[in-house]
Amino acid sequence: MSAARVGVVTFPGTLDDQDAARAVRLVGAQAVPLWHADRDLKGVDAVFLPGGFSYGDYLRCGAISRFAPLMEEIVPAAKAGLPVIGTCNGFQILCEAHLLPGALTRNASLHYVCRDQRLRVEQTATAWTNTFAAGQEIVLPVKHGEGRYVADADTLAALEAGDHVVVRYLGGNPNGSLNDIAGIRNEAGNVVGLMPHPEHAVEELVGAPSTDGLGFFTSILKNLVNA
Amino acid sequence: MTDSVQRAAETPDEPMPFAELGMKQDEYDRVKEILGRRPTGAELAIYSVMWSEHCSYKSSKVHLKQFATKAPKSEALLVGMGENAGVVDIGDGWAATFKIESHNHPSYVEPHQGAATGVGGIVRDIMSMGARPIAVMDSLRFGAADAVDTRRVLPGVVEGISHYGNCLGLPNIGGEVVFDPCYIGNPLVNALCVGLLRKDQIKLATAPGPGNKVVLFGASTGPDGIGGASVLASATFEDESQAKRPAVQVGDPFMEKLLIECCLELYAADVVVGIQDLGAAGVSCATTELAAKGTGGMTVDLNLVPLRDPSLRPEEILMSESQERMMAVVRPDDIPAFMEICARWDVPATVIGEVTDTGRLVMTWDGEVIVDIPPGTAADEGPVYERPFHEPAGQAALNADTPDRLERPADLRATLLKLLGSPNLASKEWVTSQYDRYVRSNTVLAQPADSGMLRISEAIAGAEPTTRGIALATDGNGRYAKLDPYAGAQLALAEAYRNVAVTGAKPLAVTNCLNFGSPEDPEVMWQFAEATRGLADACKALGVPVTGGNVSFYNQTGSTAINPTPVVGVLGVIDDVAKRVPTGFVAEGLRVVLLGDTHEEFGGSEWAHVAHRHLGGLPPQADLEAEQALATVLVEAARRGLLEGSHDLSDGGLAVALAESCLARGVGASVELCGDAFTDLFSESAARALVAVRPEAYDEFAALCARHEVPCYGLGVTGGTSLVVKDLFEVPVEELRETHSAALPALFG
Repeated sequence: MSAARVGVVTFPGTLDDQDAARAVRLVGAQAVPLWHADRDLKGVDAVFLPGGFSYGDYLRCGAISRFAPLMEEIVPAAKAGLPVIGTCNGFQILCEAHLLPGALTRNASLHYVCRDQRLRVEQTATAWTNTFAAGQEIVLPVKHGEGRYVADADTLAALEAGDHVVVRYLGGNPNGSLNDIAGIRNEAGNVVGLMPHPEHAVEELVGAPSTDGLGFFTSILKNLVNA
Repeated sequence: MTDSVQRAAETPDEPMPFAELGMKQDEYDRVKEILGRRPTGAELAIYSVMWSEHCSYKSSKVHLKQFATKAPKSEALLVGMGENAGVVDIGDGWAATFKIESHNHPSYVEPHQGAATGVGGIVRDIMSMGARPIAVMDSLRFGAADAVDTRRVLPGVVEGISHYGNCLGLPNIGGEVVFDPCYIGNPLVNALCVGLLRKDQIKLATAPGPGNKVVLFGASTGPDGIGGASVLASATFEDESQAKRPAVQVGDPFMEKLLIECCLELYAADVVVGIQDLGAAGVSCATTELAAKGTGGMTVDLNLVPLRDPSLRPEEILMSESQERMMAVVRPDDIPAFMEICARWDVPATVIGEVTDTGRLVMTWDGEVIVDIPPGTAADEGPVYERPFHEPAGQAALNADTPDRLERPADLRATLLKLLGSPNLASKEWVTSQYDRYVRSNTVLAQPADSGMLRISEAIAGAEPTTRGIALATDGNGRYAKLDPYAGAQLALAEAYRNVAVTGAKPLAVTNCLNFGSPEDPEVMWQFAEATRGLADACKALGVPVTGGNVSFYNQTGSTAINPTPVVGVLGVIDDVAKRVPTGFVAEGLRVVLLGDTHEEFGGSEWAHVAHRHLGGLPPQADLEAEQALATVLVEAARRGLLEGSHDLSDGGLAVALAESCLARGVGASVELCGDAFTDLFSESAARALVAVRPEAYDEFAALCARHEVPCYGLGVTGGTSLVVKDLFEVPVEELRETHSAALPALFG
């Protein structure tokens, strides 16, 4: 079969798009650049919303990107089952677009934090984590100023009851996230958002001292092959 | 009423506020002589900022010349001093451009914005060379760590760098944070940026070709930073400095990120003839410098400059230091393509003028000519001062007050922990964890590694593959320079050079930021003269040319100047980035080897500072031959794969280097000393490094050292959970870590 095509979105102010595209290529998939102003998903098999400061994070992180023309294509496609992942700013955008519940607010420390973070993979029944073992401990970098996941009590209870928490912080919560939540999924498991950065933990030579991020990219390949 | 050229000619005796703009009477007289009349207000604005110390280097020029006259022959140097930044050939068709620049005074007045716009400014310098900026680092100095004002300045500066740099998507890969009471009221914020470009794609600040269009693009022009260049950067602070707050510029990193991507697309489309960033002195500087280096003339209609505040007067437009602006010279046929790329990135762009061959820079406002000057007279022919200098009155007494009289400690274990927990040697994670070190995925080494290192093959999408990488380090020790500015500047270079070499990269080129007090004080000027002479001599000895840099004078409060602080950045290249040497002990069972000789050298040392608050005597000897031999061994050993880990010896000596090496991966070590234990552990002799070598590689490594006459001492082995110094003491690595990591959070929360 031809290589799986993963769209990588660039908004004005997106920063980790080249990094995400490189990680996609590392596992043998094709990275397809998607431009915020185009109403065109170019027939991709999955979408990666990378980190950054889209629109300068002015107003609220992700609040403006949500209204980008490309998002008008992504939202219905995601609801129809297209695998979509958002990391960091991408997670914030997915929450602002109501593809995932809750919101990301200012870190409890009030400081931006960049560190190599231990995590536990809680859920493998998603398009993006199916090559991990349930409960597997991994290390990915976090780097954000607004990564504190919050939601009302009912939403939080529903997330936990429905096994929608995908990754949880271990060994110290970097931002004061409720229930140590680092990432969540939607009901169908095709949409995942997380604050840590898998794309910065895919090569021995550079980035975090871990290659645990590769699992997210091999997962989407496996998901697409099996689909 | 507009002060036009015609009006100026008709009212020759009208008094002009040159003194308020920081201009001296004789300088003003020279302007009148050049123009053959009094300057208009707009012309005075241009000359006053372009002839300010900050823009004209009028006090430093005669000394900086040595960097050129004494420059070592280097085939690597593609663009030297005088452009926005130097460019170095790093092989395989690639070039790196890098520069360090100060933003000291604004960072004291408004720490967050001052530091943020310092990053923004240096990044635009790098962009204007045609390069993609790929990393930043910062060399910071603050007053005493427990001083009240440090708690205001440091968090603001760190947050400013963090916010601006992170938002730009540039990894912050290194730098320094140093505390000393001398910097209270005069913090130093020196920002470095490095960029990457193909060798044949260098852009220069020039405006050739009559008929070509002058385009201003990026942010609109507002009232921020007006007079910043002359008032802020060139005048000594007194108590009223709080009143200068509006003179600090406000940064918008989002616009700068768009500018970066926009510029790179403009370069790729080949629609830029010449380009200049707008920094200090804004439109004045960009127009005069572009015109002076091009065909020689330019017309500008100032009414066309897009304004954020429509009430701005032409003089204010000329002096505004609004951030995130660039000026390009574009062929008329390319204007549509240029504008289309800018529109794609939502970057406003406006044609404001045209290149001419008249030799005059002519600007109009409301249809009247308000500027008509030969641009070179503002850009290049500013005043040059041979400032008087003499050795400070107390220098001999300072040098005579050696640390010999200081009581040596009985408890060496406690001394190590005291040093390791002192603000200068403690972990800087509180600072560096606020910086994104991973973005762009090319970071091979970052703080607390001895130098930052980046792979280059993937730094630009679609680039030809290469195994090469670049390494960068900055260093500077104000206490050493206070004791002996000549040696102090050499030691700063030696340390940065060594920090690059210990990671396996060959040092290639130098940038510097020279932070001093007032040049009008002959004693400060002596420090400056000695430091530049020392640095130029050392660059020659080590074969690394200065490619550019920056001078920051007037770092003083009242008559008290900071310690002279030359900060030196060294860029190196490693042929195969996969062979980089990580910092510290990475595994058990490795031989711990000390390279270089240790002498009893405690003048200006961290021990004297922490244990006795003493500064006197002479700094360690700068032995440049030994430095060069050491670097040769380190680079060759890395190439052959003989080194598993390394660490440079500097502040705090061997004891601190051992502790930091253990902390890198939590691997202990057991070592034995052979000389006087206190000197062996805490002396700060230069030209030394610690390396970890596999036992089976030791003989080959020792032979390499012998061939280059680098002294090589086997101290012991790595392993265990403690740092053991035989017959003296043992400290668990966990205790080292607690001490090392607790200090800054305790101070700054």
